[in-house]
Amino acid sequence: MSLITPSFGLLFWMVVIFGIVFFLLAKFGFPVITKAVQTRSDHIADSLQAADEAREQLANLAQEQAKMIEETRLEQSRILKEASETRERILSQAKEDASAEAEKMLEHAKLEIAAERESAIRDIRRQVAMISVDVAEKIVRKDLDVSEGQLALIDRMVDEAEQAQLPN
Amino acid sequence: MTLLLAVAQLPARAQEAASPEEGDFDVSSFLLGHVADAYEWHITEIKGKEISIPLPCIVIEDGLHVFSSRKMAENGYTLNADGKLVNAATGARPVDISVTKNVLGLLFNAALLVLLILLCARWYRRHDVLKEKPAGLAALLEPVIVMIEQDLIKDVVGPEYRKYSPYLLTAFFFILINNLMGIFPVFPGGANITGNIAVTGVLALFTFMMVNIFGNKHYWKDILWPDVPIFLKAIPIMPLIEILGMFTKPFSLMIRLFANMLAGHIMLLSVIAIIFLTASMGPVLNGSITVIAALFGVFLDCLEILVAFLQAYVFTMLSAVFIGLAHQQPANETN
Repeated sequence: MSLITPSFGLLFWMVVIFGIVFFLLAKFGFPVITKAVQTRSDHIADSLQAADEAREQLANLAQEQAKMIEETRLEQSRILKEASETRERILSQAKEDASAEAEKMLEHAKLEIAAERESAIRDIRRQVAMISVDVAEKIVRKDLDVSEGQLALIDRMVDEAEQAQLPN
Repeated sequence: MTLLLAVAQLPARAQEAASPEEGDFDVSSFLLGHVADAYEWHITEIKGKEISIPLPCIVIEDGLHVFSSRKMAENGYTLNADGKLVNAATGARPVDISVTKNVLGLLFNAALLVLLILLCARWYRRHDVLKEKPAGLAALLEPVIVMIEQDLIKDVVGPEYRKYSPYLLTAFFFILINNLMGIFPVFPGGANITGNIAVTGVLALFTFMMVNIFGNKHYWKDILWPDVPIFLKAIPIMPLIEILGMFTKPFSLMIRLFANMLAGHIMLLSVIAIIFLTASMGPVLNGSITVIAALFGVFLDCLEILVAFLQAYVFTMLSAVFIGLAHQQPANETN
């Protein structure tokens, strides 16, 4: 039956036609299309990966930022604590220093006062001794007979000595 | 197709009805006339007058003879009972490379396919694929090409698929366009090209060559010295079966496509033929049968569109499977 016996003419033409079609499409048709499609799908894949990486980087960045903020806060509180400690220390130091200085000055003043007094007493003693010597001299110089005259003399002498002493 | 054919055949029906004594509607010649190859392209019949396109006959017998199929008798040739061109005097078949109906259909469909694919390729050449989305023809064909290449060829053939995808894509689109044009009833469609064994045979032959020319060492070892007990190879039973298998694979491809497409055409035509068969049974029966046949024909046409795609897909997939099998790497070398 003619349906299942291939005819030579059609075989021949089919080989020629399919061969030409195959050559044309395999050379100028499909490779161009599939290459372009491949290029695009590669590009899409690359872009997706890049986007993924960028997102990851962004997430890392946010994490890093949070970490930095946390660190800064810790640093801040540490510095504040340190500053307050330092202030306390300086204050107490200053107080101590001031009280020590005051003590020292007081001591010094006491010593000076004591020394002054000492020298003043010594001075007075010396003056009294000198006045006594002067009085004794005057008494010795006058006539010791008349008692009234003597007493008047002594008084005069004492006054004199006093007056002589005063201008000093 | 149903409706168009029905309309096209209306005058013929009217004529038949007018002269019922002329004989019954010949179903087998009607079917064969539509699915077989011919030396002229019969388009329709108007008021008993044949309208057909004569095609060139090319015959090699004592030199090259080229003549129109209308002038067959004048050139000393005639058709035999099978409808083949023979020498009128001796009755012998010359070397016949005539441009028959199927050849013309093939030429037209091939030209259409090349045009479509090259236009699509031109779009990709002229546009930056990273900046523009495909438009027009490229947008239409790209999904199909990508589907066939990425989902079928790549998965089935394996890592070397790039080398074979042009052939497999060509085979797919070639079969698809010929299948679809075969369903389209108006000239230049309607030729039963992929339902012709010569056409499917050549396609299977190309697959056979693709499989065997590029087969790797493992493939040939599997055929000639397979991993079976030695008594199966000493008397070469297994190698013989394997070598037979080399040929049965493309043979099955050939038969599958041929039989499916031929069956589809015959089914459709049979449904149409029912209309003419019942023409003599009175207007009521004929009218109701016509409606049913037309509806059924629409359904079959839709089915045939699916089959057209499916058979192209199956042919491509099995070709890819055979190529993939010829490129298998041994699963483990110790065997």
